[in-house]
Amino acid sequence: MIVTGAADDGALGVADRALVRAVGSGCRRRAGLLLPVLLVALAVLVVVLAASILTGPRSIDLPTGLQAFTAYDSTNVDHVVVRAYRVPRTLLGLLCGSAFGVAGALIQAMTRNPLADPGLLGVNAGAAFFVTLAVGVFGWHSIGAYMWFALLGAMTVATLVYAIGTVGRGGAEPVRLILAGVALSAVLGGLSMSISLIDPTTFNGMRHWAIGSMGGRDMTVVLTAAPVILLGLVLAVAVAGSLNAMALGDDLAQAFGTRLSHLRIVVVLAVTLLAGGATAAAGPITFIGLMVPHAVRLLTGPDQRWIIAFTIVLSPILLLLADLVGRFALYPDELEAGILTACIGAPVLILLARRGGAMAP
Amino acid sequence: MNSSASMRRDNCRYEVDATALDGPAHRVIRCGPFSFKVETHTAIAALLLAIALVAVATLALAGGAFPLRVGDIVSALLGVGDERAQLVVIEWRLPRVLGAVLIGMALGVSGAIFQSLTRNPLGSPDVIGFSAGSYTGALIVLLHLGGGYWLTAGGAVAGGFGAAALVYALAWRGGVDGFRMILIGIGVSALLGAFNMWMIRQASLQAALGAAFWGAGSLNGLGFDQLRFAALAFAVLLPASAYLAQAMRQMELGDDVARATGVPVMRMRFALTFVGVALTAAATAFAGPIAFIALVAPQVARRMTATASVSILTSALCGGLLLLVADLAVQRAFGNQLPVGVMTVVIGGFYFIWLLVRETRP
Repeated sequence: MIVTGAADDGALGVADRALVRAVGSGCRRRAGLLLPVLLVALAVLVVVLAASILTGPRSIDLPTGLQAFTAYDSTNVDHVVVRAYRVPRTLLGLLCGSAFGVAGALIQAMTRNPLADPGLLGVNAGAAFFVTLAVGVFGWHSIGAYMWFALLGAMTVATLVYAIGTVGRGGAEPVRLILAGVALSAVLGGLSMSISLIDPTTFNGMRHWAIGSMGGRDMTVVLTAAPVILLGLVLAVAVAGSLNAMALGDDLAQAFGTRLSHLRIVVVLAVTLLAGGATAAAGPITFIGLMVPHAVRLLTGPDQRWIIAFTIVLSPILLLLADLVGRFALYPDELEAGILTACIGAPVLILLARRGGAMAP
Repeated sequence: MNSSASMRRDNCRYEVDATALDGPAHRVIRCGPFSFKVETHTAIAALLLAIALVAVATLALAGGAFPLRVGDIVSALLGVGDERAQLVVIEWRLPRVLGAVLIGMALGVSGAIFQSLTRNPLGSPDVIGFSAGSYTGALIVLLHLGGGYWLTAGGAVAGGFGAAALVYALAWRGGVDGFRMILIGIGVSALLGAFNMWMIRQASLQAALGAAFWGAGSLNGLGFDQLRFAALAFAVLLPASAYLAQAMRQMELGDDVARATGVPVMRMRFALTFVGVALTAAATAFAGPIAFIALVAPQVARRMTATASVSILTSALCGGLLLLVADLAVQRAFGNQLPVGVMTVVIGGFYFIWLLVRETRP
């Protein structure tokens, strides 16, 4: 909301006033309308989940799909496809979609910056750097091999960014966190780029990893990412209410009794778990975290509880749809979800931004 | 802004402005109908940066496979002395040094403009889709039209301007709201970014590597031919941005305040956006999209001058210095195997982290 900037301490922008007005009047009126919409979105999510399990180059009818769970037959190819390929892929889409989206919503709310994406805390750069090392130095090539490594990289770098952002007496001021994240991401990005420009094999591995996809991951990837992402989601839901106070600015939030330093640590932790887990499992699909919260905000208004609820439901719809389209778009080749999320999500965001009153986080 | 009450219009003189209530210490220089406010901190920082710039430039001209002494460089620049030294200094090393300084300055200024316009430290020409668009243009040329220096440059500029125009047009609803522009910029950049990833994914490994090399930004192709065009572009754009700086400061106070103090906000916003995009376009055309300078130079300059807002002059000098140092490092350490862009982010990033760690706020 308050586009925290180099030069703006003090100026109350148009956006600020819009927030104050919206918080004052809009929220209660909207709540009655939003719940049915959320339920419809949930229903759509269920349909998309089913479609993701049943459709693809090999189409499977609903009874056979159900039998794969109730009466599994390992000689039936359809059953194997469902259990070994479609289910892990779909679960990954559900988990990573929510994770990227909510991480974006959290980081935009905390930094009050509309340009903040889940990679802002250095999570993506950290994961990418460690994957570059894994591929380039250790010669690991399967997602299972370097997933833990990516997760480790994401966590390490996010911790470093937080440490750099919090030194000094101001505490974890959002602007300092942003700048620390940008600076450290740049350094690591430069190092990753150097390694991959010198070594073509690494470059080749990285150009595919960097797109982001749910294909070719088995159940172990899902089971590794799931606890990390679920913990992040729980934290996000827990702090959603407090984020509303944070949106009013540090001084007002403190005046309302919010313990800013605690809240920021929880948010940073949640973003790290969500973005780290999802990036390690599916690659850096940051568009979702950048776009979905903006689109959701245009629908729900500024209440973070609604924003996070809708983001949890709408982000996986977007990611799973992208994944579904990708199975057919370049048949028999597959087009990665990382490319298609932007193609599906961006036009929606542009339309919403043109129609509605634009609203900052 | 200029709150001195003096109305005298005799000869040039300067005075200490005693009526200023806030802001850093400054002096006002008056000369006939013109007056300039010179902030002491900014002036000192600019002077120090300029000295550092000359020092590093001398180092860049002196070193390499054919080492020279400072005396040789000066005489070579003046066109006297050893002919071999003249060849090395003027034909080989000078274009690259001048190019690094000019391109770095352009990127620093465009970063300052966009961070001020969006009042956001993450503001950069990316906000309006320029970077993604220029990469799209360059990728099409490099992967499908066979490449070539001038064609790639043209593709990058056309792509960048095309994307920026698209974002501006889509954000237009009887005027351009800053935040709507950011949202639409995110959308358009995401679309173009996806298209870029797809092109790189489809390309052969060799072609993709070449494209990535261009995408990191490199000064390897710079000679006097290109430099003439670059100098012409910057000779128009840099003074233009200095001219717009005053209005830019007013607009940082918010559109309403700026309007009340007589700034034509919509026209100025368009002019600033245009100059910012054109500066990046020129820089991208000659060196590819060198990341990070636009982002970091204004922030480093702000910390050096201890001012609340970004300043055009010091941002320019910071940008020039950063690119020059990075280019020197990449030439000496890796013998041009790596594009300067990767070194820019590493050096700039480390320096910026150090600034952040050192900086303790009251």
